[in-house]
Amino acid sequence: MKALRRLKAKLIGLLSQTRRVQAAQEFDEEMKSHLAMHVEDNIRSGMSPEQAHREAILKLGGIEVTRQARREGATVVALESLWQDIRFAMRQMKKNPGFAFTAILILSLGICANVAIFSFVDAVLIKPLPYQDPTRLVGLFESTPLGSQLHLSYLDYLDWKRLNKVFASVEAYDNNSSLLNTPTGEIPTNGAIVSDGFFRTLGIAPVLGRDFHSAEDLASAPRTVILSYAAWQSRYGGRPDALGQVVTLDGTPNVIIGVLPRDFYFAPVGPAEFWKTLHLSSNSDRGDHGLLAIGRLKDGVSLETAQADMSSIAQQLAKQYPDADGGRGATLVALTDVIVGNLRPILLLLLSGAALLLLIACVNVSSLLLVRTESRRREIAVRGALGASRARLIRQFVTEGLALVAAGSLIGVTAAYWTMQLLTRLIPTNMMANMPYLHQLGLNKHLFLFTAAIALLAALLFSLTPIVRLSLTNLRDGLTEGGRGTAGTIWRRLGANLVVVELCTAMVLLVGAGLLGKSFYRLMHTDIGLQPDHLVGLRLQATRSGYANIGQVAAMAKQVTQEVGRLPGVQSVAISQGLPVGDGYGNGTTFEVIGRPGHEENNAANTKTVSAGYFRTIQARLLRGRYFTEEEDSSKPLVMIVNQSFARKYFPNEDPLGKQIRFDASEPPIKIVGVTDDIKEGPLDAEAHPELYIPFDQDPHYAFYVIARTSQEPQALLTTLSETIHQIAPAVLISDGVTMVDRINQSQASYLHRSSAWLVGGFAALAFLLGVVGLYGVVAYSVSQRTREIGVRMALGAQRASVYQLILKEAGFLVAAGVILGLICSLAATRLMGKLLFAVSAWDIPTLTAVALTLGTSAMLASYLPARRAASVNPTEALRAE
Amino acid sequence: MSDKTDVWQGTLALMVLKTIETMGPLHGYGIARRIEQTSGDVLSLNYGTLYPALLKLEQEGAIQSEWGVSDNNRKAKFYSLTRSGRKQLEKEARNWQQTTAILARFLASTGEQT
Repeated sequence: MKALRRLKAKLIGLLSQTRRVQAAQEFDEEMKSHLAMHVEDNIRSGMSPEQAHREAILKLGGIEVTRQARREGATVVALESLWQDIRFAMRQMKKNPGFAFTAILILSLGICANVAIFSFVDAVLIKPLPYQDPTRLVGLFESTPLGSQLHLSYLDYLDWKRLNKVFASVEAYDNNSSLLNTPTGEIPTNGAIVSDGFFRTLGIAPVLGRDFHSAEDLASAPRTVILSYAAWQSRYGGRPDALGQVVTLDGTPNVIIGVLPRDFYFAPVGPAEFWKTLHLSSNSDRGDHGLLAIGRLKDGVSLETAQADMSSIAQQLAKQYPDADGGRGATLVALTDVIVGNLRPILLLLLSGAALLLLIACVNVSSLLLVRTESRRREIAVRGALGASRARLIRQFVTEGLALVAAGSLIGVTAAYWTMQLLTRLIPTNMMANMPYLHQLGLNKHLFLFTAAIALLAALLFSLTPIVRLSLTNLRDGLTEGGRGTAGTIWRRLGANLVVVELCTAMVLLVGAGLLGKSFYRLMHTDIGLQPDHLVGLRLQATRSGYANIGQVAAMAKQVTQEVGRLPGVQSVAISQGLPVGDGYGNGTTFEVIGRPGHEENNAANTKTVSAGYFRTIQARLLRGRYFTEEEDSSKPLVMIVNQSFARKYFPNEDPLGKQIRFDASEPPIKIVGVTDDIKEGPLDAEAHPELYIPFDQDPHYAFYVIARTSQEPQALLTTLSETIHQIAPAVLISDGVTMVDRINQSQASYLHRSSAWLVGGFAALAFLLGVVGLYGVVAYSVSQRTREIGVRMALGAQRASVYQLILKEAGFLVAAGVILGLICSLAATRLMGKLLFAVSAWDIPTLTAVALTLGTSAMLASYLPARRAASVNPTEALRAE
Repeated sequence: MSDKTDVWQGTLALMVLKTIETMGPLHGYGIARRIEQTSGDVLSLNYGTLYPALLKLEQEGAIQSEWGVSDNNRKAKFYSLTRSGRKQLEKEARNWQQTTAILARFLASTGEQT
């Protein structure tokens, strides 16, 4: 602080000094030329050179006097007095370092929180997506009873594209991880498949090479691929001759035709490196839903109009293809909402929390300023008496306010920069990869504008506070020693109001934090239908080069299960298509119940293929029937297990056991043999969906997970596990090893809940502290002002208890007002939070009560300290004091 | 010199502006001489007071300065009128004329009554 001040002083001094010196030199020259001309004229009129010179100087009125006159005539004076004000403000801060430190600390905390949170809001919600005219882009999905944002089938996509009248273009995409052939073997890479006009619709052109031609996405077209900039840099060293090279993905050669711009990203497919075309044939299965789509609205078409058009197309298709499209609708969502929609409520919540914290910080600093104004009454009065105008005094306060805010903002923004770095580092890497827009996080123009706006408001508040205070009183009052007059009372009222505002704000933040904390606790302790401790999962992907047919994969899976089961500590092993608790759902399917008349268009469930040991390994609860057996493979009758939600929804008053189901008329019926309790297969905070499980051996996949339960430390098992599997099956790619507990903790749902609970909790804790300290300050000040009154009361026979009562009553009134007001505001505020809460209602009485009690008790405790001081006043001393 | 009048506060700026307007770009000494001449040598101008006035006008943006060469081949700082200076001159001249006219009428009428 001191060094900074010295540096600043030096800089300003240096600047103005050089300018001043320059101007002075120039003026001297001007004088010289003036005198020379005058002397010349005088000589011409007949004076002696000496006389001419004297006369000229005389007429000028003296050189030094003229210099002086010029200096004073300049506006420099106003600037200099401003500089005086600033120096005075600095001196004031230095003289009272405790005040300056506290005020700047509180302020920079508030600013730091706001700027850091705002940087996320800016990166996610304010910056437009990096595409041409991004507001006209829309995400297209199919809806079924299972959900509203589901994949399309290729044929539906083609029909949507052909039949709609509202889109300039509709393009399909999906993420597509594939195995890349490298000299050292196959490695998994992220990629995407898109339709030919995908990049043109986004308005993105490759920086190198060309875009896909139209019709290049047909099955008959030669296979081509466009690289992401990152892939071009890392895999081809950024060499232009990468174009035309052949890259083998999943065993198929593709020619590289282009490179995407460096800043390009498309969050729904994650960090995709290889962008291929769809290459789907028009005789594919209409029921095979594997694509997502985007569209660019035609000019003048609104989202609502487009939605109406697409819904009618979906209805038409449902009539035309009842088997595949029955019960399917269309959902249109602005692309921005597709990409960042889930983050909006949480970010706005955090920003509101930060804003409340700033409010409380500003109020706190204001009341500090008030107290200081109070203690400076004498100084102000003296300055007034010595001729300082009210305006001049006010300017002094404004300067002091500005100095505070400037220091606070500077420190706040610096701290915010580090906070941003810290917060991004706390985001799990897998989540970060899907949020490429966060890479633009940093100090930018928006952020500085935002900081400037906050600083301006704060400066206004801090200047106004003393001004209001100053205009309330007669300046001369301050001169009379011990003069209390009305000033004290007025201040007490103003200060008291500020404290009520602080307590109310603190209450709102505490209730928010309480609800979020409780919601997070509930989320972490929600029944997920399995025992996550000592459970690990590992993803296996069989390569096509190693396993020519799916039967070999099934055999390999069986062998892996047996070998892993023999490892020390492993209690049970299973194979599953996916791990429980994901960020999304597995495969949705429609089905019909055999024996029920007509098309069951609304029958939909998620499917998952699992090995016989799955339910035992994760320790699910079997409700009815049986689990699969090891022997149930493709040679045995087809069976399935359903979850309780499924049973409840589709067999409300029947026994599902023994019932038969088929996916559509072309597929064989499958018998239900068991009902299990709901297992959380989707996001942690989502409702249980109808789920049906099929034996892995009856429908094996090339990619699957091995799940193992161990009696030992699970993290250690992961290493052994992948080593063992690699030995048995070298042609299998192993990835994504994770313990179940980590998976739950790192899932998006728990991350979002956890981070909001912690951040709002942090804000609330600070607000609580500031509120209680603020109350303490007000009560303590009030006591110090009333010492003589208390002395008189005691001298007249008041008991200590009644002195306590006097002070605590005043404090109690403030606390009650703050808490009651806070309760009302909380109820309004938490209703806006409803969506973010899990298994907790916004009107959670226990939380409200607990918060009100905590805040009330702490506040009363804080006012007890000054009350005790008041009660221990010695009446004789108090009376003599002034 | 007792028969000479002092320059009233505030009128100097107006005189400076008017002088520059009539004479075109001019240096400080020239302005001073010109003011004296125009007043028919009735005004006693302390040349030194001219420079703060010039500086103030320049800071207000009414005039601008530039180093140049005088008639006698001497380096001097020349002051010229800016657009806003021209406007200011017009306005102040009008005000001044109004004031003097009113004052003249006022003095004339009171003179008649007494």
